[in-house]
Amino acid sequence: MDTLSLLQHYWWFLIALLGALLVFLLFVQGGQSLIGTLGRTEVERSMIVNALGRKWELTFTTLVTFGGAFFASFPLFYSTSFGGATYVWMLILLVFVLQAVAYEYRTKPRNIFGTRTYDLFLEINGLLGPLLLGMAVGTLFTGGWFTVDRLNIAQLGGNTTISQWTTPWHGLEALGDWRNWSLGLAVLFLARLLGAQYLLKSIDDAAVAARCRTQIRIAAIGFLTFFLDFVCELLFAEGYAADPVSGAITAEPYKYLHNLLEMPVVTVVLVVGALAVVWSIVDGWRGRRRAIWFGGAGTVLAVLALLLCAGWNDTAYYPSLADMQSSLTIRNSSSSEFTLRVMAYVSLFIPIVVAYIWYVWRALGRKSITREEMQHDDHKY
Amino acid sequence: MTTDLLQTVDWSRAQFALTAIYHWLFVPLTLGLSVLIAIMETLWYRTGDPFWRRTVQFWMRLFGVNFAIGVATGLILEFEFGTNWSNYSHFVGDIFGAPLAIEGIMAFFLESTFIAVMFFGWNKVSRGFHLTATWLTAIGANLSAWWILVANSWMQHPVGCTFNLDTVRNEMTSFWEVAFSPVAVNKFSHTVTSSFTLAALFVVGVSAWYLLRGRERRMASKSIGIAALFGLVAALVTAFTGDRSGAIVARTQPMKLAAMEALYDGREGAPLTVVGVLRPEAERTSDDEAFYFKIDLPKLLSIMSFRDAEAYVAGINDLVAGNPERGILSTQEKIDRGRVAIAQLNFYRQAKEAGDSLVMRQIQGLFDPSTPDGQNFLTQNFAYLGYGYLHSPQQIVPNVPLLFYSFRVMVGAGSLFIVLLAAVWWLNRRDRLADKRWLLWVMIACIPLSYLASQAGWIVAEVGRQPWAIQDLMPVGVAVSDLPGEAVSTTFFLFLALFTALLIAELSILLRQIKIGPKNE
Repeated sequence: MDTLSLLQHYWWFLIALLGALLVFLLFVQGGQSLIGTLGRTEVERSMIVNALGRKWELTFTTLVTFGGAFFASFPLFYSTSFGGATYVWMLILLVFVLQAVAYEYRTKPRNIFGTRTYDLFLEINGLLGPLLLGMAVGTLFTGGWFTVDRLNIAQLGGNTTISQWTTPWHGLEALGDWRNWSLGLAVLFLARLLGAQYLLKSIDDAAVAARCRTQIRIAAIGFLTFFLDFVCELLFAEGYAADPVSGAITAEPYKYLHNLLEMPVVTVVLVVGALAVVWSIVDGWRGRRRAIWFGGAGTVLAVLALLLCAGWNDTAYYPSLADMQSSLTIRNSSSSEFTLRVMAYVSLFIPIVVAYIWYVWRALGRKSITREEMQHDDHKY
Repeated sequence: MTTDLLQTVDWSRAQFALTAIYHWLFVPLTLGLSVLIAIMETLWYRTGDPFWRRTVQFWMRLFGVNFAIGVATGLILEFEFGTNWSNYSHFVGDIFGAPLAIEGIMAFFLESTFIAVMFFGWNKVSRGFHLTATWLTAIGANLSAWWILVANSWMQHPVGCTFNLDTVRNEMTSFWEVAFSPVAVNKFSHTVTSSFTLAALFVVGVSAWYLLRGRERRMASKSIGIAALFGLVAALVTAFTGDRSGAIVARTQPMKLAAMEALYDGREGAPLTVVGVLRPEAERTSDDEAFYFKIDLPKLLSIMSFRDAEAYVAGINDLVAGNPERGILSTQEKIDRGRVAIAQLNFYRQAKEAGDSLVMRQIQGLFDPSTPDGQNFLTQNFAYLGYGYLHSPQQIVPNVPLLFYSFRVMVGAGSLFIVLLAAVWWLNRRDRLADKRWLLWVMIACIPLSYLASQAGWIVAEVGRQPWAIQDLMPVGVAVSDLPGEAVSTTFFLFLALFTALLIAELSILLRQIKIGPKNE
């Protein structure tokens, strides 16, 4: 493997890792979608919102960094997907804008729209955020209707756009593919599962804990149903393979199954991740507060493995349904070797970032949130 | 299709401008107030006086309200590079993406992690840890400004890159040239210190309101003492870096400078227009006919631009029609040269489709900077690539009145702020500020004025860059995504309504929090 190829694989790994961390951190959204279900009184809702509110910025920052890192390492994906499947991405952005202000404004005096509106914002973000992000990630396997011709830029007087979307729906076609729904719903139920597990750990309250356990069971059934459906469909799906020498794209039956067989480490990571999530379900079912750690670690491993399966092993990670040769691979869509190398040096900061996030998380999470705290907190949402 | 793209580019520009303007309503306060809060908390840490904790918590509450909406608008801005400017994202993603990613990894996480300690850690971590978290939040916020301004500076003055014919994009060749170009360093210094000034004026203005109402006198006086001095230093640095900006723009973006000054005919010993009223566009063909009236300071523009009272400053007409005596190419000549570069790209496309490797190799030679032919082609033709897409030379002239007036609002307000902050600091130090009610009202009025000046600064920077997305290399019409104009206009109005609603909510909450004051902590 030459240096460029190594860097391309490294950066796809980092993108997959960021994506996996993002899916884990969607527990904030999952928790938001459960505010009304888990919190029957104002104090209970307040405890839930404040437990989630201390983490929302991490999810938000991970989303922004995921976008920035994708832009830096695979700019052709950024220009093709964001510039083409625009409606879907705009919808995702919209629901995250609603979240950003909702925590800070919901209980502030004279917030114009009232607490209920901001809580509705949180619920919209909680439901649509994971669903739409899951569906968007689904298109990494199911593809999009686009063409790419870099030399369009030489068409003086014509359409100079390099990446063009070939349908007027600009990404909404993804709604027509059940596999995208399947992954979207799996991510939504996973977020709700993790959200309930997080709240079980963060809030010291018997009534909320009992409802969290119930929701863990319900979310687990939903998650396992849709996740298994998606994985089964993936194993039997046709994928696009890239010729390692010429870069030519061809359709390959059972491509993702082949990837898992040819990359046994990735398969092991996927299985271990899935088992850890199942273990966390059992733990949460029994009311154990550590469940979130198994659930979180399992989520990161499982999503990491799925995304590696999408991009490694000479696979087109963004198949074009309009023109097979326009499909994006880590080889044809990456930044230059120089940029990837510079970015690789920057990525050495990531362990430091993870370390201080971990330290702060532990420092703030030492004491669980209680009803008493809600009455005396100096910065309550 | 051309008409569609024209509609799309106009709406995309409007949408990006809308998002950027809204984003910049909140960011400067975040940048400056975070530092002021950190200074005040340091005083609490050193003295142990509960007064400072109460003061910090008050300003922190206002900071939190402002911060949330800044985060929301920032998210949209980042992704709009992809959604609205897909060609741009491909053409320069290799360079532009890196600062954005570094911003996320190094700055955003720092900010978002420690802001949680700042708000929720008062009774959970030690005083030292809390103070460290507050400082790290401030550093994270300002560090993020560094990277996004590096990216913006590169659009104004592309450096440290080369064009790769195989990938049809610009690729980074020197990270340090990109990250520490003089344009980037100066832009960061200018933007961040102007943000510090804005935040200082916010603190000074809010404190003035308390003095007018006879409330929270100690907090108001102490806050003014810190903010006025901080703001004064920041405003002086802003003025200094602004002067440097002028000199840099004169060399890198002469059309922007000419448009800012409404200088139509270049001249030696060019004066700086202090104030003036411009005539309608059709009548503005030369310096004599450009203004109804104006007041000039002789030779000052030459001095500020080239540090030489007799230096020649090019005017709009010189840059459009060319001036052989001064070695200035006409825009038509640049258009012709750029079209040669585009034609070579087209030949390359045809040769590639036909599998004609001989022609492909010949054209590859033209884009190879290591050969004499390549060097000649790259400097004589490719350097003007963006001009090749223009339809007429007049397209390189940005909106002159908008630039001319915005520049004067920015500089005029900035000068006023220096005087005001110096006077406020001095009077407050002598405990004579509370009696001067008219001055307290001026201090309050300077809050919106500081926002106006800050926005005007960005209008000068961004409108002045037009028609370029990347100076000389890519006009906005080529940078835009292939989207229907109606789609972009729909999201434009959607975001306009949403941002406006959230802005109203933010202002309402902010004003209420100020009215409540620190007593209810």
